Amino acid sequence: MNTRSLKPWLYLLPAILFLTAFMVYPLFDVFVYSVEEGYNFASQTYSGTGIYNYSYVLHDQYFLQAVKNTFILVIITVPLSTGIALLISLGLNSLPKLKDLYQTIFFLPYVTNTLAVGLVFMILFKKTPYSEGFVNLLIHFFGGESVDFIEGPYWAKMFVMCFYTVWIVLPFKILILTSALASVDQDLYKAAKVDGTSRLRIFYKITLPMISPMIFYLIITGFIGAFKAYSDVVAIFGVNLNAAGMNTIVGYVYDMLYGDSGGYPSFASAAALILFAIVLTITCINLLVSRKKVYYD
Amino acid sequence: MKIVLDHLTKRFPNRNKDGGFVTAVSDFTFEIPDGKLVGLLGPSGCGKSTMLNMICGLEVPSEGRIYFGEDDVTELPPENRGVGMVFQSYALYPHLTVMQNITFPLENLKGKDKLTKEQMKAKALEAARLVQIEQLMERKPSEMSGGQQQRVAIARALVKKPRVLLLDEPLSNLDARLRLQTREEIRRIQKETKITTVFVTHDQEEAMSISDLIVVMSAGVLQQIGKPQEVYDDPVNLFVAKFLGTPAINVFTGKIRNHRLFIGDEPVMHVQEDDREVYVGIRPEGFILDENGPFTCALNRVEVMGRDTSVVSTHPLCENVVVRSIISTEDKPDPDAQDVHFFLKPQKTLLFDRNTQERIYYHEVPEAL
Ligand SMILES: Nc1ncnc2c1ncn2[C@@H]1O[C@H](COP(=O)(O)OP(=O)(O)OP(=O)(O)O)[C@@H](O)[C@H]1O
Ligand SMILES: [Mg+2]
Repeated sequence: MNTRSLKPWLYLLPAILFLTAFMVYPLFDVFVYSVEEGYNFASQTYSGTGIYNYSYVLHDQYFLQAVKNTFILVIITVPLSTGIALLISLGLNSLPKLKDLYQTIFFLPYVTNTLAVGLVFMILFKKTPYSEGFVNLLIHFFGGESVDFIEGPYWAKMFVMCFYTVWIVLPFKILILTSALASVDQDLYKAAKVDGTSRLRIFYKITLPMISPMIFYLIITGFIGAFKAYSDVVAIFGVNLNAAGMNTIVGYVYDMLYGDSGGYPSFASAAALILFAIVLTITCINLLVSRKKVYYD
Repeated sequence: MKIVLDHLTKRFPNRNKDGGFVTAVSDFTFEIPDGKLVGLLGPSGCGKSTMLNMICGLEVPSEGRIYFGEDDVTELPPENRGVGMVFQSYALYPHLTVMQNITFPLENLKGKDKLTKEQMKAKALEAARLVQIEQLMERKPSEMSGGQQQRVAIARALVKKPRVLLLDEPLSNLDARLRLQTREEIRRIQKETKITTVFVTHDQEEAMSISDLIVVMSAGVLQQIGKPQEVYDDPVNLFVAKFLGTPAINVFTGKIRNHRLFIGDEPVMHVQEDDREVYVGIRPEGFILDENGPFTCALNRVEVMGRDTSVVSTHPLCENVVVRSIISTEDKPDPDAQDVHFFLKPQKTLLFDRNTQERIYYHEVPEAL
């Protein structure tokens, strides 16, 4: 190899070393763990290789529950948060005077610590011997039955979880969408107005296509983020997620490694790789769909 | 259809929160005759776009009325005025093909005007043929040159057969050669369709070359309306005189004493006017090179450009950096000479009041007087 073709590699060397040490090697290691059967943490030995770990995980009730929870979370929160963010951004965009103020308000959740926000949600929703929780007070006020959102029925807990997730991702999405809206050439709107285009048609035919790359970006990152949900769930429901029936895939992986029933890196690795496969598949589907629907400059 | 603008004024609220206003267009009154191409000309920020937006209906005037023919359209939204508009940035929808861009306005038609897909296609093709882009119908705007995009924008503006076509600096994103070509094209299209057209530009040459009438404005105020040559020959004030013509008019400070016009200490012409302080504007073609001429400048250089010779000289009282005079190539001065001497052509020598900068219409009188 002559020096010319060597040089770029030399520049890349630090990044490559770093990525190899902290990304490629652990990934590879996870794969190795996931096929080692009967791995013993103390002696660091295993009895053989095969797909038993995958089979175990896929038949584990807790894992199936975690997959179900994660999917419900993803399917509800990604479209909902993107849609709400779009509505709010459109509103902000047509109220230039209030824009700065509202942008600050909507951005607050983004800079607030997850656990702190989780605590606030606890106070809002949790029923204790001393207090019903703010939301239940509201329900009472309108004459409803109080619900235990933290330790009560599954749908109530799911509701809190989805509410929380939507709320926590909104500011980022609003920020991205308001700037995307602001960057649309204003002359396009003027041209459409001269032609007497209705507001609805302007939205579907101009605004939406022009910001479609950003919406698509938000959907992809939203999917990935929601699939990786964990710390938010802990913040609301505590660490014993399996008992609460609110575990997520990442939560399952964590429990398998460090939880009370932990110490099973092989099962954890298998679950992690299954998650990886799911996210990869969904992202690929997204990319394929977007090629048809998204307009790029 | 003629357009009448009646005391149009547009004020924008000032951003400085002092409650003040920016007056973008001030008390504008004029009439655009039916089927003519009018060039709206003025420096950047003088309110040309604001003017056009008011005619189009994108902005509501603060005061005054707008009439299309006999109809008062001041309160009408753009789509009910029958206007087509071409923007400086073209404003083509980048995600749509040329065909979709041109049919876009037609798809908005409702009720009895509603067209079938075939009718829309036919109309789009007709408009495309007019601007000669019918072979590009399936392209996206990003796959076309600036000139082609401009034509698409014009086709889109024409597809609804507007009563008025408005063009806001349509050529400023094109390179010099394409600009010449496209402006001829616009002229041709306007002649073919006979649509009353308002063409905004800050390029005086552009306005002069294609307009039936030019309207010169400055800081929101109408300066002069007229045929291009008339306005050039007979500007009403110093601003218009300076704004039109390349090379620009040469402006000197001068005075009238005893019926003689002085530039510095040299009497250059005999006039009927009484004593006053003036600006003297001399068009580059207003100089006659002559050994015995009364007006003397320090010769700088001589530039030969094809048919014409441009004599570049300096004069201490000239407001321009150099004095440019264009003479026919036969009377070329000696390039090594220190000074050049000129006679001035009276019809190319314009006088303006020193204070108001308004034109002084004077009579030249024979020397004997
Ligand atoms: N929406 C607005 N709000 C406040 N001021 C405005 C607004 N639009 C225009 N102006 C002001 O009005 C004046 C005229 O603007 P306009 O855009 O009509 O100028 P123009 O002649 O088209 O200039 P250019 O040749 O640069 O396009 C400017 O001083 C501008 O700052
Ligand atoms: Mg303008």
